[in-house]
Amino acid sequence: MSTQPLRQLLESAFPDATELDVIDRTGGGDHFQVVVTSPSLVGLSLVEQHRRVYEALSAPLADGTIHELRIKTKGAT
Amino acid sequence: MSYSERIKEVIDGSDVAIFMKGTPAFVMCGNSGRALEALRRAGASVTAVDVLPDPAIRQELSAISGWPTIPQVFVKGELVGGADIVEELEASGELEQTLRERLGDGYAGSRDETTVVLA
Repeated sequence: MSTQPLRQLLESAFPDATELDVIDRTGGGDHFQVVVTSPSLVGLSLVEQHRRVYEALSAPLADGTIHELRIKTKGAT
Repeated sequence: MSYSERIKEVIDGSDVAIFMKGTPAFVMCGNSGRALEALRRAGASVTAVDVLPDPAIRQELSAISGWPTIPQVFVKGELVGGADIVEELEASGELEQTLRERLGDGYAGSRDETTVVLA
């Protein structure tokens, strides 16, 4: 899969993100790195921040489209 | 005992538990290796469970933790995170701080690794 559908899922989950990036780490369309910086993540632990990302990407995670996911999140102020 | 019961026993009964692909002696996935290495550098003793022998182990673990990916690291029964979080916490010094707070100052005294086989 291309990065675009993942980006759209993240954009709808984090409409106020100040930084949002999806990188295909290997070019194979199944190893991705996502970066999300959003005010909605302020005050949440890293575990809770990553959970939000997992929730946003639950469909491609469940159906195996995403083989590996690296996540970098930050609460923007 | 079902997998779920034994998984909970490992999570609740271990100072540091890591559910990983492979074992500390034979790591089968880069991310599991990243988390394990960070724990090693922090001096943590770990109890490791290989999720690969049966897909049901991973399914039941994720149902318990609410975390979809492997590896998963727990300290004193609480989910700390996957490889990205563990590395990030190591880089900021929070990993050692968390270990010290929850396990006591002498946590790194005698490092060892225990492998639990669920099958």
